[in-house]
Amino acid sequence: MSTTKDESSLLFDQPGPRGLRKIRIANWLAGLVFILVIVLILLRLHNPPDGENQLSWELWKPALETEAWTDFYLPGLWMTIKASILAVLGSMIYGFIFGMGRLLPSKIVRTISGVIVEFCRAVPVLMLMIFFWRWFAFSGMSEASYWAVVLSLILYNGSVVAELIRSGVGNLPGGQREASLALGLTQTQALMQIEVPQAIYAMLPAAVTQLIVVLKDTALGSIIMYTDLLQESRRLGSMYFNILQTLVVAAVIYFIVCALLSKLARILPEHMQKRTAATATPVDVEPVAPLAIMDASNVNQIAVAQEVDGNRYGGAPLQHHVHHRGSNASIRQWRHTRYIQGYDETHPESQEEVHNREIPNLWKRKSSETDDDAIDQQNHSTEKS
Amino acid sequence: MNDVLQLFSQYDIPGAFLVNIELTLWSALFSMILGIVLVVMRISPVSSLRTVSAAYVALFQNLPLTIIMVFMVLGAFAQLKLSFSNQFDVNFFWLAVVGLTLYTAAFVCESLRSGINTVPLGQAEAARALGLSFSESAFQIILPQAFRGSVAPLGNTFIALLKNSTVAAAASVATESSSLMSEMIEYHANSIVAIFFIFAMGYVILILPIGALTTFLSNKLAVRR
Repeated sequence: MSTTKDESSLLFDQPGPRGLRKIRIANWLAGLVFILVIVLILLRLHNPPDGENQLSWELWKPALETEAWTDFYLPGLWMTIKASILAVLGSMIYGFIFGMGRLLPSKIVRTISGVIVEFCRAVPVLMLMIFFWRWFAFSGMSEASYWAVVLSLILYNGSVVAELIRSGVGNLPGGQREASLALGLTQTQALMQIEVPQAIYAMLPAAVTQLIVVLKDTALGSIIMYTDLLQESRRLGSMYFNILQTLVVAAVIYFIVCALLSKLARILPEHMQKRTAATATPVDVEPVAPLAIMDASNVNQIAVAQEVDGNRYGGAPLQHHVHHRGSNASIRQWRHTRYIQGYDETHPESQEEVHNREIPNLWKRKSSETDDDAIDQQNHSTEKS
Repeated sequence: MNDVLQLFSQYDIPGAFLVNIELTLWSALFSMILGIVLVVMRISPVSSLRTVSAAYVALFQNLPLTIIMVFMVLGAFAQLKLSFSNQFDVNFFWLAVVGLTLYTAAFVCESLRSGINTVPLGQAEAARALGLSFSESAFQIILPQAFRGSVAPLGNTFIALLKNSTVAAAASVATESSSLMSEMIEYHANSIVAIFFIFAMGYVILILPIGALTTFLSNKLAVRR
């Protein structure tokens, strides 16, 4: 991984011969310790106190047979994926509506959508699920647990998406808004036509990581009797008394699906960056919800952390930095806070930051642009003459 | 209104929240320790330590917490006979703490790592130029600044941990709040909305101060650069 390389080169020099020897010895020692731990775990599995050998083929065979796949794992995986896809689509729509609601000029709309979003983010998803499950079951709905899983995932993840849209708009350079106002658009028009579309492109990578969160959270559905992958593997395990083995198979399936999705989330930003003036950052798996009722800048501090990471070695330089690191600034006043924190707009050299030092790169682009201009001018002049 | 008051006298609602808080505090403590170990491994010059730490984080970030909890009870306890105490509820409590710790440590490690990324390169270069070794520069220069930079992500991780502690229901911790809510709804189906809002408001009240504290601390501790 490139990131590990970066950090290791951050903390120590190229080791000399003695250092290399030390590192090699430590490497072997650590490797031995880990192998020892794995052997101990396997021994424990082989011979648990007053239990049967967990490694025996008799227990693993029913967990890996064709019938296990066709009757249990694959139907369970389908239920998991079905609920996740519906929940992601729903939370996009929900997040779009309430993200807009929090940005509109009307104070009443802003407050109401703010309260709803903050409430849905503070309540544990499992509680939402239990509530909706019982409620739907009492009102005689069929597939109560399925709709409970989908609806509670929409409410929670939709609120996170709403915050992503809001912070996406906040991270846009102020010029976008100012330019659209100067063109005579109203505030709402500027929001709808200029700012939010760009914010959506900026948040798409984060939305993919949100899909991972949704997929992991559908497993909560097994607590309310939704027959997802986890529930099916438990049922299979209780038939042959090999729950440990069936759970391991289910865990491997979850791991593979989530790992593929997080790979997608890492690739996506490069494509999305072209379509937005904000920064399309990959958000960590499970972008845990900050409480924006207090401060919008929580989101951005995470963004700052990643901004440095992505930029240090040859990454695409960001055009705009997050303006209010570690401050209580509201998005609308970032210019002022930036000033009182010591970033003086009129003295650009005070804004120099470490990861911004690769100025040659920027120069190159600028000079090539000016070259083009020069050529254009030349062309014009030749045409004239 | 009287029904709701009667619910409070009939069930120990604050007690249920206390169980969640205890789960959270113990798991926060242990996952913080494990997370620091993991992040030091992650930035160390020894490549096998780095690999193991990266593998751990990748594994636990891509597994649902529910499956880990179910595994602790049905796999580790029922089949591997791993147990902490002869009393059932004490045993399940600690199994849930272990599950939450294993899961949260991966996220603590990632939060700290993002904090390390906020430390400018010059700090590490200066430490090396002064002749500090890896452990000296890590523990005296880099990590203290990294902690201050990672207050916000860490706070978010612990808020998520508090909410995740309800998943202990999957590890048979029956005294915890989501289990109690489920039980109350079963017997008082008429006041289902009131019961839900009691518990939901409980979480809002618990989480708002943590969020405020996180914001306050991250502002106060942020290294101004």
